[in-house]
Amino acid sequence: MSDAVIVMVSLAIGTYMLKAFGPFFLANQRALPSWLKRFAMLLPTPLLAALVITSTLTNNDQIVFDARIVGVVAAIIALFKRAPFVLVVIIAAAATAIWRLLTGL
Amino acid sequence: MPDLVNTRRTIRIQAVSVGLALAPFGAAFGVLCAEAGLGTWEALGFSSFVFAGSSQFAAVSVLAEGGTIVAAIVAGLLLNLRSLAFGVSMAPSLKGSILMRALMSQLMIDESTAVASNHESYALRRYGYLWGGLSVFIVWNSMTWVGVALLSGTGNLVHDLGIDATIPAAFLALAWSKLSSLQHRILAGVGAVLAFLLVPFVPPGIPVIAAAAAVLLLRPWRDR
Repeated sequence: MSDAVIVMVSLAIGTYMLKAFGPFFLANQRALPSWLKRFAMLLPTPLLAALVITSTLTNNDQIVFDARIVGVVAAIIALFKRAPFVLVVIIAAAATAIWRLLTGL
Repeated sequence: MPDLVNTRRTIRIQAVSVGLALAPFGAAFGVLCAEAGLGTWEALGFSSFVFAGSSQFAAVSVLAEGGTIVAAIVAGLLLNLRSLAFGVSMAPSLKGSILMRALMSQLMIDESTAVASNHESYALRRYGYLWGGLSVFIVWNSMTWVGVALLSGTGNLVHDLGIDATIPAAFLALAWSKLSSLQHRILAGVGAVLAFLLVPFVPPGIPVIAAAAAVLLLRPWRDR
């Protein structure tokens, strides 16, 4: 089995257990302890922020500053202008592409 | 009851729009899979069996950076912990046979819960949940296929068209709606800085997992 398949299967099992816990065991409207619920709802934000950093600034384990930054800055501007998500993603790609075309980086 | 007919129509429209809005993310996920060297079936396996957008992105990008299997799984699971909370809030609306509950549970994602939670009655919540979940499931898998099948093996094209920049843009867009709250802005800032500082010193994937520690700053165990 490839690494990707191992990760896929484990993650499928793990996420399914998280998804199904409520519908299987808590149909009688019991609630999660409030601290656990808060914890679960806060968690995605720092993780997503970290992923923005690693997917923008790393290449083979090293910090690199390249044209992807231009795309992310363009995406931030688009999000501030309340652009729909479809547009945000297209703008990020277009800005990066244009920058690469102009600078050859 | 014309009211009910109308409400259901509104729910269906909402569900379909939410699905379509995720189309570019699905394609971006496919591209990420192609970049990480995954095949079409592996990518589609993630999108249908894991079916949790941000977790899939996180796990595959850890793999793409050369992270370990364990780091990829942990990053994916941490991002999905919230579906436990969604499941608890949706549970009363999702009663039925074991098989029905088993199938419905797979659709437990941000979007299905969001469409459902606009309504009070269990019946409408369930209706919104199923429409939202299925609409996203169909779009997400189709677009994953588009991304991975059409764009794999076009390494230069991905670079020249700036498609690699869609991945951070997708993460950013996923987090964006939360950033109107100061609490979440602090979390995002601390998470980003932690990740940035750690990248040169620890194996790939670890900076993302470590960023979760930002949550501890807010001491979520305190009741307020």
